[in-house]
Amino acid sequence: MNIVQNRKIFYSISSVLIIASFAALFVWGLNFGIDFKGGSLVEVEYVDERPEISVLQQSLSNIQTGELSIRPTGEKGYIVRTKELTENDRSSFIKAFGPADSFEVKRSDSVGPVLGKELQIKASFSIALVLIAIILFITFVFRKVSAPVASWKYGVTAIVALAHDVIIPVGVFAVLGQFYGTEIDSLFITALLVVLGFSIHDSIVVFDRVREHLRDLAEEKIKNKNAVDEPFEITVEKSVQETLSRSINTSLTTLLALVALYIFGPEATKNFSLALFVGITAGTYSSIFLGSTLLVTLEKWQNKNKK
Amino acid sequence: MNKFRITAILIILLGLGTGYFAYQNVNSPYKLGLDLNGGTHLVYQADISELAPEDVDSSMEALRDTIENRINVLGVAEPLIQTQVAQVGGDKVHKLIVELPGVTDIDKAIEIIGQTPILEFKTATTSSVGTSTEVGFISTGLTGRLLSRATLQFDSQTQAPIVGLQFNDEGKELFAKITQENVGNVIAIFLDGRVISAPVVNESILNGEAVISGGFTPAEARDLVQNLNYGALPVPVSLIGSQTVGASLGIDALNRSMFAGLIGLGIIMVFLIVWYRLPGVIAAVSLLFYVALNLAIFKLIPVTLTSTGLAAFILSIGMAVDANILIFERMKEEINKGLSMEQAIREGFNRAWTSIRDGNLSSIITAVILFWFATSALIKGFALVFVIGVLISMFTAITVSRTLLLAIAPKHYSFLFGHGLKK
Repeated sequence: MNIVQNRKIFYSISSVLIIASFAALFVWGLNFGIDFKGGSLVEVEYVDERPEISVLQQSLSNIQTGELSIRPTGEKGYIVRTKELTENDRSSFIKAFGPADSFEVKRSDSVGPVLGKELQIKASFSIALVLIAIILFITFVFRKVSAPVASWKYGVTAIVALAHDVIIPVGVFAVLGQFYGTEIDSLFITALLVVLGFSIHDSIVVFDRVREHLRDLAEEKIKNKNAVDEPFEITVEKSVQETLSRSINTSLTTLLALVALYIFGPEATKNFSLALFVGITAGTYSSIFLGSTLLVTLEKWQNKNKK
Repeated sequence: MNKFRITAILIILLGLGTGYFAYQNVNSPYKLGLDLNGGTHLVYQADISELAPEDVDSSMEALRDTIENRINVLGVAEPLIQTQVAQVGGDKVHKLIVELPGVTDIDKAIEIIGQTPILEFKTATTSSVGTSTEVGFISTGLTGRLLSRATLQFDSQTQAPIVGLQFNDEGKELFAKITQENVGNVIAIFLDGRVISAPVVNESILNGEAVISGGFTPAEARDLVQNLNYGALPVPVSLIGSQTVGASLGIDALNRSMFAGLIGLGIIMVFLIVWYRLPGVIAAVSLLFYVALNLAIFKLIPVTLTSTGLAAFILSIGMAVDANILIFERMKEEINKGLSMEQAIREGFNRAWTSIRDGNLSSIITAVILFWFATSALIKGFALVFVIGVLISMFTAITVSRTLLLAIAPKHYSFLFGHGLKK
């Protein structure tokens, strides 16, 4: 199948996904975890059968007024989220789960507003920083490639592809947050940053091939003045096709590792591996069907403007 | 050809040695983070509003030392106590981070670090409001921070326990000044905001010594002396975040991570061998080498492994194959162009190298920024393992895979690759 020629189909698929993601984001918003918004989380596991949620709700709300979310985990456990518990509240809160020997506290987290704020600031900074570093890096790596598309345009297309790869997992997590209570925590941000790195890696492999072909063509031209110009579209198509099995295989092995981590790995990294899975899948799609095809579109616009 | 075979054998032996080092867990165990080992992580915010800017660093240092001493006395194995400055909006937040492996009772942990007994000296003022007289207190700036030592004494006449205070030089001067200015007045001694003693100053005290006779029982007086000496934190702190992971959850996470890693490794190796045949076997061997080398480095640095670090490692196993795949795909193309086997291997490596280098550099940039972003041990653990993984994967792809391929480069192409070759 000719990828570059059919680029409009791929653009449409991506556009639909991006619009759906934005819609999910605006309609439902994101369900931020306590490490962002502050609060406390207690995970307990009962020795015998766990009490009904309503019973626990009753017992806990005597101690802690305000927002209280109780979700079952495993067969005998609950994860309870509340606003931040003070040191004094915590022990009476934990006593309200039942007699001391009937349950075990598996995990307890508490995040004050200062730490939440710090994370918010750092998260936005680091995403911005990664994006800037990547544009600069690509522009630098492809600085010697200027014809027919300027090197910074490789950077721009890469960023469009990156935005695509980040927006889609965000959209997926907005949906999951709405229906399954999946939270956006600092690990989700970590996953996004890794997806950025991975996806740019993929784009670089394709761009690198384009660069190599352009260099070969230029050499050919010097040797043989009468050589026919190869349309940029053909060069890109060739490059995408040649790197296709590599792109798919590399992503496949990475996705296999992530599936193993999701299915067999610990609870702590489940959502993390899911975010990576969605992001890397989107990243593979964009590096094959979006990044390089956008280069062709850019080149066509450029030519149109010249005429 | 023989040269490559000898190198290949050496590499395999080295790999086995590394693997053994990584596997045996007796002499040099892996360092596990709190989330795998169980333990408590506490974040305190230090209130530096009362400190002069130039004193902040030394006070934070003193705070760290005080808490370290106290934790050491209680015999927690390998605690981690560090100070950190975070920029939150326009404010600098001074944080003290305490990690207590094995301590899963958070209340006990908080107790270990303890509340700051805040000792303050205040002068009393009286003002009349209508018919009643109100007593107010004014801070003098003299606090427990300026104390050099507290001792348990007994009043020579009543035998009641009293607490003797010895100020440091700065405190001595301040105390002298306050007593001079307040002869005949009351100076109230506050402990944690409560008046414990309000003596009248008879004369100025220049030697920097004072006693508190607060009607203590001997036990109370002893506790106070201890708290003032060992507990009086140089800077007041408040708990702003905490995290506790029970030991069972940690072990479960560790076992599941290892299992997931093994399954992931197995599936990837099968995929490589089925898809790429002989080079696939080489990539699989090279991947085992990669795993062994990584684990050995985790031990040597040592890297504190967390659930996210292990996730990074599992992810990196999937990604490490990339360099091999790039090279193999390239080799196929070179063979199709009509190059000889050995030429194709060399060309494949050379031509794939720029992609490998540029692609991995982008991963390294991301990981470095991640490391900086890391507000928690979990993300730091991820970033560190990720960076190590990327670097080692580049190394093993260009050394191990390359040497092994050259060593067994077969004459018949069809044996080499399952498909993808033009016959």
